[in-house]
Amino acid sequence: MSKTFDTSTPSPASTLDAKIHYLFQLADNALIMGQRLCEWTGVAPELEIDLALCNIALDHLGQANAWYEYLVEIYPHPTDVDQLAFCRDEHQYYNITLTELPNGDFAQTIAKMALFSIFNYYLHDALRKCPDARIAAIAARSYKEIQYHRRYTSNWILRLGDGTDTSHERMQRALDIVWDHAFEAFAPSPADRIMHQHGIAPDLEQIKSLWEHEVHQLLHKATLSIPETGFTGYRAKSDGIHTEHMGYLLAEMQYMQRRYPNLQW
Amino acid sequence: MTKEEILDILQQIKDPEIPNLSVIELGMIRDVEVNAPNAVIVRFTPTYSGCPATTLIKMEILQRLKAAGVEHIEIVEQLSPPWTTESFSPQALEKLRQAGIAPPHPHHKKGEDPPSLGIPCPYCESTDTKLLSAFGTTACKALYQCNSCGQPFDYFKCH
Ligand SMILES: [Zn+2]
Repeated sequence: MSKTFDTSTPSPASTLDAKIHYLFQLADNALIMGQRLCEWTGVAPELEIDLALCNIALDHLGQANAWYEYLVEIYPHPTDVDQLAFCRDEHQYYNITLTELPNGDFAQTIAKMALFSIFNYYLHDALRKCPDARIAAIAARSYKEIQYHRRYTSNWILRLGDGTDTSHERMQRALDIVWDHAFEAFAPSPADRIMHQHGIAPDLEQIKSLWEHEVHQLLHKATLSIPETGFTGYRAKSDGIHTEHMGYLLAEMQYMQRRYPNLQW
Repeated sequence: MTKEEILDILQQIKDPEIPNLSVIELGMIRDVEVNAPNAVIVRFTPTYSGCPATTLIKMEILQRLKAAGVEHIEIVEQLSPPWTTESFSPQALEKLRQAGIAPPHPHHKKGEDPPSLGIPCPYCESTDTKLLSAFGTTACKALYQCNSCGQPFDYFKCH
């Protein structure tokens, strides 16, 4: 029998529910980004890239850990970080679908990471100034790391976009594949709205215009074209409705905790 | 036990990734409170979010203080203000160099890529060096090579 996990409802009934859902959004984004990046360990195109992707994966896992630790403290039932990270069912994860997309080739990983880290950069820049001291502290530390992620991936977008014909073509194709999923970040979930009303979460419209400005400039400089935006109604962040890729990711990520409940290293 | 005695014990705990620097010299200990002779609160700040040394260091703090007879030990994680390389003492910078790690460079702005050239080699002091990889052996370091003596070396990134 698989373990089921009691978690907040998709439509937060109280401020605490909204805060819990909001923290899950932050934690799950970091966890799933980290999990995906770990898949590159040992098989990246170059040793330097391997080191970079592993280090960035570790940053994300560390950030996820800090958010889950906070969740454990305010959670209505006794729980722990491992339970939250590894023992929920698919519909109880509130990461944006961009983070769960397969790595694809190196260009696709870079496209995904760049669009995510530019969003994450502006989000954490706002959160580190928010009135919730704990959120601000975690965001302030994460922000320092995200600056590196943003810079690293932007540099690769430039190098591949403005590189050879092949690298340009593959970078463009990668962007076209992941593009629509980035916009889920800017569609406010009920938790985003409530946290914004409480002055904790930033206005996502504002984050979006900062993101668009930076991404458009970056793509222009990299001689890449801005993909046409298609479907943007993904609802993993608000309702836990994921792409078909999430189940496979969770099957691998949760295997140990599900097979050996409460295991300790 | 006095605060000084506790600090002396903590001074012996090294970061496993930088074995000649103590957690105090690295600025990971924010404060120590001795509330009763046998009750100590250690305010601890981790470096990077995903630093794998954090758990190990906390365990060692517990073990060492227990061995010294402290019965009630509380390690409080203090995230704010976030850890920064600016809190390194001049002695800590010198010790980094002795360990073959180039210390954070004043021209390297936080959040920017490490400079591609000119980080002084910790072995021969030459500035004819080049960046090999912005991410090195651990999250806090970048990898360089010295063109004068040929030695590859770690650089502790400004953070
Ligand atoms: Zn040298």
